[in-house]
Amino acid sequence: MRVLALAGRRLLSSLPTLLLILVGIFLLLQLAPGDAVDALIAQTGGGADTRAAAEMRAQMGLDLSVPAQLANYMWRLVRLDLGFSSIYGKPVSTVIFERLPATLLLMLSALSFAFFFGLVLGVLAARRVNGWPDTLISTLGLVFYATPSFWFGLMAIVLFSVHLQWLPAGGLEEIGAGYTGLRRTLDIAAHLVLPTLTLGLIFLAIYLRIMRASMLEVLSLDFVRTARAKGLDETRVVVRHVLRNALLPMVTLIGLQAGTMLGGSVVVESVFSLPGLGRLAYESVVQRDLNTLLGIVFVSAVLVICVNFVVDLLYARLDPRITP
Amino acid sequence: MDATRRAILLTSAALASSVALPGRGLAQEQPRRGGVMTVHFGTEQRILNPSLQASTGVYIVGGKIQEPLVDLDASGRPAPCLAESWESSADGKTITFRLRRGVTWHDGRPFTSTDVQFTAMEMWKKILNYGSALQQFLEAVETPDAHTAVFKYARPMPLGLLLRALPDLGYISPKHVYETGNIRENPANTAPIGTGPFKFLQYERGQYIIAERNPNYWRDNLPYLDRVVWRVVTDRSAAAAQMEAGQILFSPYSSLTIADLQRLGQDPRFEVTTKGNEGNARTNTLEFNFRNPVLADLRVRRAIAHAIDVPFFIENFLGDFAKAGTGPIPSVSTDYYPTEPMPQYPFDRRRANALLDEAGQRRGAGGVRFTLRLTPAPWGEDIALWSTFIQQSLQEVGIRVEIVRLDAAGFLRTVYNDWNFDLATGWHQYRNDPAVSTSVWYRSGQPKGAPWTNQWGWQDDEADRIMDAAQTELDPAKRRALYADFVRRVNTELPVWMPIEQIFVSVFNKRLRNYANNPRWASSSWHDLWLAS
Repeated sequence: MRVLALAGRRLLSSLPTLLLILVGIFLLLQLAPGDAVDALIAQTGGGADTRAAAEMRAQMGLDLSVPAQLANYMWRLVRLDLGFSSIYGKPVSTVIFERLPATLLLMLSALSFAFFFGLVLGVLAARRVNGWPDTLISTLGLVFYATPSFWFGLMAIVLFSVHLQWLPAGGLEEIGAGYTGLRRTLDIAAHLVLPTLTLGLIFLAIYLRIMRASMLEVLSLDFVRTARAKGLDETRVVVRHVLRNALLPMVTLIGLQAGTMLGGSVVVESVFSLPGLGRLAYESVVQRDLNTLLGIVFVSAVLVICVNFVVDLLYARLDPRITP
Repeated sequence: MDATRRAILLTSAALASSVALPGRGLAQEQPRRGGVMTVHFGTEQRILNPSLQASTGVYIVGGKIQEPLVDLDASGRPAPCLAESWESSADGKTITFRLRRGVTWHDGRPFTSTDVQFTAMEMWKKILNYGSALQQFLEAVETPDAHTAVFKYARPMPLGLLLRALPDLGYISPKHVYETGNIRENPANTAPIGTGPFKFLQYERGQYIIAERNPNYWRDNLPYLDRVVWRVVTDRSAAAAQMEAGQILFSPYSSLTIADLQRLGQDPRFEVTTKGNEGNARTNTLEFNFRNPVLADLRVRRAIAHAIDVPFFIENFLGDFAKAGTGPIPSVSTDYYPTEPMPQYPFDRRRANALLDEAGQRRGAGGVRFTLRLTPAPWGEDIALWSTFIQQSLQEVGIRVEIVRLDAAGFLRTVYNDWNFDLATGWHQYRNDPAVSTSVWYRSGQPKGAPWTNQWGWQDDEADRIMDAAQTELDPAKRRALYADFVRRVNTELPVWMPIEQIFVSVFNKRLRNYANNPRWASSSWHDLWLAS
């Protein structure tokens, strides 16, 4: 019950932020020249009747003034109606819901991959600080961090799909194969290996740097000396005493990066032809599909708020001194 | 490189002589049934019905599912498709089509003349881009019986013009599906129902489209393929990788990067060619805004053209996929390409400088005469390269150029509606006859905001007179002469300069058979396409 009350309070306090973001994006897109009808005409390749274009503008409500359009949108949002997508010809909620599974799947797998290996490598590096494993791991981390993800993705495709032919080059699943059950799960998993690696490697580099620094800090604290003085062996010291305390900054990072991953996967989604939210957002900007873009911002913001709420709860579990 | 260059030279030689090469001398091979054709689909469209939207992005899908009245044969001549024959009355105001019998829609209903009537009056005339201009004077379509459609025009309609336009602008939709409700919002727009060799099966936005073999297709025992799958791949380099991995067998309409096209051209598994795209020629443009008094001076426009070394640009940036253009009508248009030489502006920097001096545009501080804003269209790598090349070339003659880059919607709005540019550059698409999409670039009186039309503030009574006469001229020889006059006039006055001509480049996996066997192959129905094992 306390958790529910907490969730409600948290949601309420994020409402002003959410409103500010939505109004901001709406106004920002007004600064871009051209509207959804211009984008549609660009796609058809010309020869369009100007009267038909005017009719379409009226139908989409684009002929209204900017404040009127904004007011219309906000009024719909209050009734939890995200509006109609001009590119897809479907309600925005349907369009987003279709894309959400792929995005969440990619985000969760990349995040878990980055978190797990970041943690392990960070601990290894910290335990052999300034030794060769540390140097090797830190260098690798820097390389991963400095490499642009589109290049990583393309090189992974060239190596694993074109030359070795181990993994598919793109897509979410085998098209028209009609797999079901376990076969389908495995098929999707195979398609997600390369995108997960590509998206995860950059985050892995960050996690391992943070984990290493955090471990080193905690290792120098008094209670570690006490633990060692009790006669505990090094492994027990690290696992039981240091790790738990060193995890706090990592958990903070998850909360921060959930948002980055939602938006930052545009490149990975494009390179691997995945139907995710990032690509949808990019498309809606190019196509000036304001309803879809605002819908994505709304859904992403809600997701980030939820993730951060869970992170706060995790804090309390890890360190009982913190009360959410 | 040599092998590719030779292959492409051969192709261009074939182009120059006529249009497409038929087949590939593989007739002795026995066609194999079955298999899945996978196609690169780079830009998703809002609709897939070619009776409502005339663009390559729609034909690449909808052209396999729906069919036009008239198609093009291997040599680029009009050939029967849903119409078996046609004739025009002496005054050019009545054109009669005899329709194919025994054709059924994918939902089992028969195809009749009322479908033609409905599509022509409600879709081509009212909604279809370029169609609404072409059918502007169409008054009615009469249906004396189920297999005859009689088109009645208020003004003479040259039969040649109509037949050349119909392969693109003549797709038929089923009346019984569209007759109720708003046509623009009909569910069949993204799940098309046609008479073609493939039946629409599934469209997953952002992922793929699937169509499967139509067992009741009117061409007996065709098509050979079981399925066609279009894979949505927006990243050009990723698409090239998928071609190499065998996940995609065909990438149409120059959708890969120039570097990848050249690389795959050297790979024996692929053929990279302009073959099969002769019906989709385009020219690179340089558009002048006459509201800027500097550009309203003909000497300045000519000086700009003389200042740019087009052959150097083509050789070093576009390679084998482009050639120097001579005006708005590209050389693949054998019926209308002028036979006599037309006014041209070869690279001559001294002449450019002299013309600018003559126009009173003296060099000021830092050798700069004046500054212009150049707005390039965002489609095509060649346009970005071309705009940078223009900038550097004009700097040499004392014209400073600022490049203003915009995305598609922004470009259309800024150039064609707000007229907020000095120079603009993009593509002019030639659609088999100058009356379809070329004369609008020059004819005065275009509604404000209509893209790819004369929004330059240029008006010339002589040019208008020639274009209007050609629009309704029934005699092919006279029409040809009128279009020669047209090219001479616009090349002299230079409201838009069209110095480069290009044909889209396709990449084929060599497992394909019967590919590129007509001049609009990527758009055509693929009823005879098959896959070698």
